[in-house]
Amino acid sequence: MAPTPLAAKSPYELRVHLGRGVPETDVRTALATGDMGFLHSFTTGSTVDGPGVRVVAWTAGCMWRCLYCHNPDTWTLTNGIPVTLAQAAEELGRYRHGLKTMGGGFTLSGGEALMQDRFAVKLFAAAKAMGIHTALDTNGYLGSRLSDAELQTIDLVLLDLKGWDPERHRHLTGMDVAPTLEFARRLAALGRPIWVRFVLVPGLTDDPADVDAIARFAAGLGTVRRVDVLPFHQMGRFKWKELGLDYALDHVEPPSAEQVARTCAAFHAAGLEAY
Amino acid sequence: MSSTTSPDTKTAKAAQAASAWRGFRGGLWQKRIDVRDFIQQTYTPYGGDESFLAPATARTLGIWAKLNDLFVEERRKGVLDVSQVPTSITAHGPGYIDKDNEIIVGLQTEAPLKRAIMPNGGFRMILGALKTYGYTPDPHVVEAFTKYRKTHNDAVFDAYTADIRRCRSSHILTGLPDAYGRGRIIGDYRRVALYGVDRLIERKKQEKEELDGQHSTDAIIRDREELSEQIRALAELKEMAAKYGCDISGPAGSAREAVQWLYFAYLAAVKEQNGAAMSLGRTSTFLDVYFERDLAEGLITESQAQEIVDDFVIKLRIVRFLRTPEYDELFAGDPTWVTESIGGMGDDGRSLVTKTSFRLLQTLYNLGPAPEPNLTIWYSPRLPDGFRRFASKVAIDTSSIQFESDEIMRSAWGDDGAIACCVSPMLMGRQMQFFGARANLAKCLLYAINGGRDEISGDQVAPAFEPVKGDTLDFDDVVARLERMMDWLAGVYVNAMNVIHYMHDKYAYERIEMALHDYAPVRTMAFGMAGLSVVADSLSAIKHAQVHVVRDERGLVTDYRTEGEFPVFGNNDNRVDHLASWAVSTFMGKLRKHPTYRNALHTQSILTITSNVVYGKATGNTPDGRRKGEPFAPGANPMHGRDTHGLQASAASVAKIPYRDAADGISLTASLVPGGLGRVAEDRVTNLRGMLDAFFGSTGYHMNVNVLNREMLVDAMDHPEKYPHLTIRVSGYAVNFVRLSREQQMDVINRTFHG
Repeated sequence: MAPTPLAAKSPYELRVHLGRGVPETDVRTALATGDMGFLHSFTTGSTVDGPGVRVVAWTAGCMWRCLYCHNPDTWTLTNGIPVTLAQAAEELGRYRHGLKTMGGGFTLSGGEALMQDRFAVKLFAAAKAMGIHTALDTNGYLGSRLSDAELQTIDLVLLDLKGWDPERHRHLTGMDVAPTLEFARRLAALGRPIWVRFVLVPGLTDDPADVDAIARFAAGLGTVRRVDVLPFHQMGRFKWKELGLDYALDHVEPPSAEQVARTCAAFHAAGLEAY
Repeated sequence: MSSTTSPDTKTAKAAQAASAWRGFRGGLWQKRIDVRDFIQQTYTPYGGDESFLAPATARTLGIWAKLNDLFVEERRKGVLDVSQVPTSITAHGPGYIDKDNEIIVGLQTEAPLKRAIMPNGGFRMILGALKTYGYTPDPHVVEAFTKYRKTHNDAVFDAYTADIRRCRSSHILTGLPDAYGRGRIIGDYRRVALYGVDRLIERKKQEKEELDGQHSTDAIIRDREELSEQIRALAELKEMAAKYGCDISGPAGSAREAVQWLYFAYLAAVKEQNGAAMSLGRTSTFLDVYFERDLAEGLITESQAQEIVDDFVIKLRIVRFLRTPEYDELFAGDPTWVTESIGGMGDDGRSLVTKTSFRLLQTLYNLGPAPEPNLTIWYSPRLPDGFRRFASKVAIDTSSIQFESDEIMRSAWGDDGAIACCVSPMLMGRQMQFFGARANLAKCLLYAINGGRDEISGDQVAPAFEPVKGDTLDFDDVVARLERMMDWLAGVYVNAMNVIHYMHDKYAYERIEMALHDYAPVRTMAFGMAGLSVVADSLSAIKHAQVHVVRDERGLVTDYRTEGEFPVFGNNDNRVDHLASWAVSTFMGKLRKHPTYRNALHTQSILTITSNVVYGKATGNTPDGRRKGEPFAPGANPMHGRDTHGLQASAASVAKIPYRDAADGISLTASLVPGGLGRVAEDRVTNLRGMLDAFFGSTGYHMNVNVLNREMLVDAMDHPEKYPHLTIRVSGYAVNFVRLSREQQMDVINRTFHG
């Protein structure tokens, strides 16, 4: 199959079926070897996905079904653009000098990037070889797929802690919270730096007891450098509609600035830097 | 010697100079007119942060409040008032905003915001403006400028060719400065403060005497006449200052005087010329030498220093010209481009940032954000961190400053350059430009396809040749035709410019501005190009996809149907970025083939930040999918909505355009929402500084940083072309604003400015 030129794509909006033409055996080989990945999109100039100004690539494919997901078009692997590892590394390499100057680096986000863990590992290794700072944005559920050595190639983990109460977590994401917490403890034990990301959804994730519990847990890890309290927004609503999915949060309002401040304060109270 | 100065007055003058120059380290600048040397010998680089700055005083705010009331009335009426006395340096008596409280004095006419008529550039435009705003033209003035005194505008049309007229009315050449002042000439106004007017007159007399030995060719005769005009203008400058009670025959002796002397010189220029851009130059570090001395001598406090700067900037903010609404539409507003260049590095490696560089930026806090004066940072990653951070912060807070590459401009023109208008660099006092509007290259491409016929009117504008045959455009064929069309256009364009500037020199010569230049300055002729990204994307479509033509009943190709995908400019993709660079270099090469008036050096800008809308309006459908009438992207920007991989990718495409073939500047406008620079205020400053460091540490030339507020975002829904590259980004999510539906855009707006 002829590679799709990465730079030609303009993939911010809804993207579907871009990888549909890839035969299933190739998809399996890609997942097993990591020599090819499926990317929803990539961008330069991001200042909100880790420190400094960064290149961010979003992978396609996620096994979670978070009610507030703002990129539901990333759930399906074959919605993504098939990209060879060499292509991805070459594209990233074009920005390496600028990324250093801007105190930034490369963030792999999703979807869930660890659905394509071999691709992620190889791409991080390539980035490190170019001297680029690396960050992984993950829900942590598949953290056990990475060896201790592989975790050393990731300079920062942006760990999404979406909830605390197991029942509510399952309602919110469709999955168990335990593997995420286990991955967090493992990162801490290895001394790996973490930024916790917590999405604040009024009526869904704003239970003070849950927030306090997450804050205490995060503080106890000892390697959490910062907490991003991310206010829920409705900019993903149109994607749910266009994909014909039932969106449960259609009428949920974003949190007020005061609610955000209160949540930050809960993290501050636990001794964490939070914004 | 023809000097009439007696030995006694000479001694007195020497004493005055000695006192005015007390404490300044001597150098070449004392022996000859050399402001750069003065700065290099005397200035104190400042490497700290903004914590020393002072807020506005009650006096400053009082004056500003008076003007704000007038601004309201001016907006309501269009113009506040008009003086029909044909302007000159001395035509109007002194005027004040608040005589007892002004520190720096001088207005263009006898009242603030009262606009003067400047007929030498063209009388037609004045009649139009008077009519629009409900004034009856003074019959004596009408008689004088229709019967007795020919204007630049009349003269140009006497000498235009049929070709030029056709290009003008079909809008393939647009914005030619043939009806008003050409502008983009910066007098070295600092000379008046440093040397006083008498010394400058002496020097000009010497320059003229030196020509006495030359054979009287056309060129020498013109030079002699111009020098006489310059000397006359300098005398009038003194006379004008005297009306305000200031004797500026000698050098300024204090910071206030230095600012005042310098401002008088600038004021003389804007009393006499309504140039499209009347830029100030590079004054802050020069003035800082005086501020430092006064502060060291205990003559002023920081608050007083800031007060002087604030008062100066107030004056620069109320420069006004009488123009027509059509003109204002072309330039999107009523701009004067009082550009001040700030910062930069010196050739010796010291930064040229001083405390007064900070003080000028501080005016945006003390008086609030404003487009004028057009504060322009000569940016280098080598500038002190404190200044880079402060400039970044000011950009985020006010959106009122622009950034240009000190590294590129300094290596091309030296370390005492300034920007005229938006992006045109020139060496202070030693270089001037003949401003040249721009050619519509997108239209040129359409002419190439249609064999020289205009795609809208159907008129044969360019010499006829066979239009494209068949249904599908062939890349090699189109490029060959485009080159041929460029050859023709470049020739007509240079011809038009030569006529315009010949006549401007003859009928509307910038006497005072040129009096503040050395004799025989470097002259550039600054051509321009509009529609670059449309051309690049169109060529890319023709090359990488299948572009089928659609002909109308006249046999004209008026639309295109494209099958397949093609790379677009603004995504750091060489397959199309190289086509953009090719277009720039190729057109430049063709311009260079034609000799210029006064042997000016050919340059080119990829600029048009505001008139991209008007050019787009006059251009039919293009092969890239742009629809008839749709605005072009501003400057060298990618077309809005097509650059979809973020700012670094977009900027990288623009930074590939070779400066050597666009030495009059390459403009990039970036629109951001505050949150797009980071989640925390401190991070935003760090990140913008990082972006600037990366862009200007590479081959980036210019960046307008627009940090949007809610109103601007609402405006962007209707006018996407005004907000290029507008990406909305939150963690884990990014969207190109202009590509969203209206409902989605409202979601974004509510989200972005929520709380």
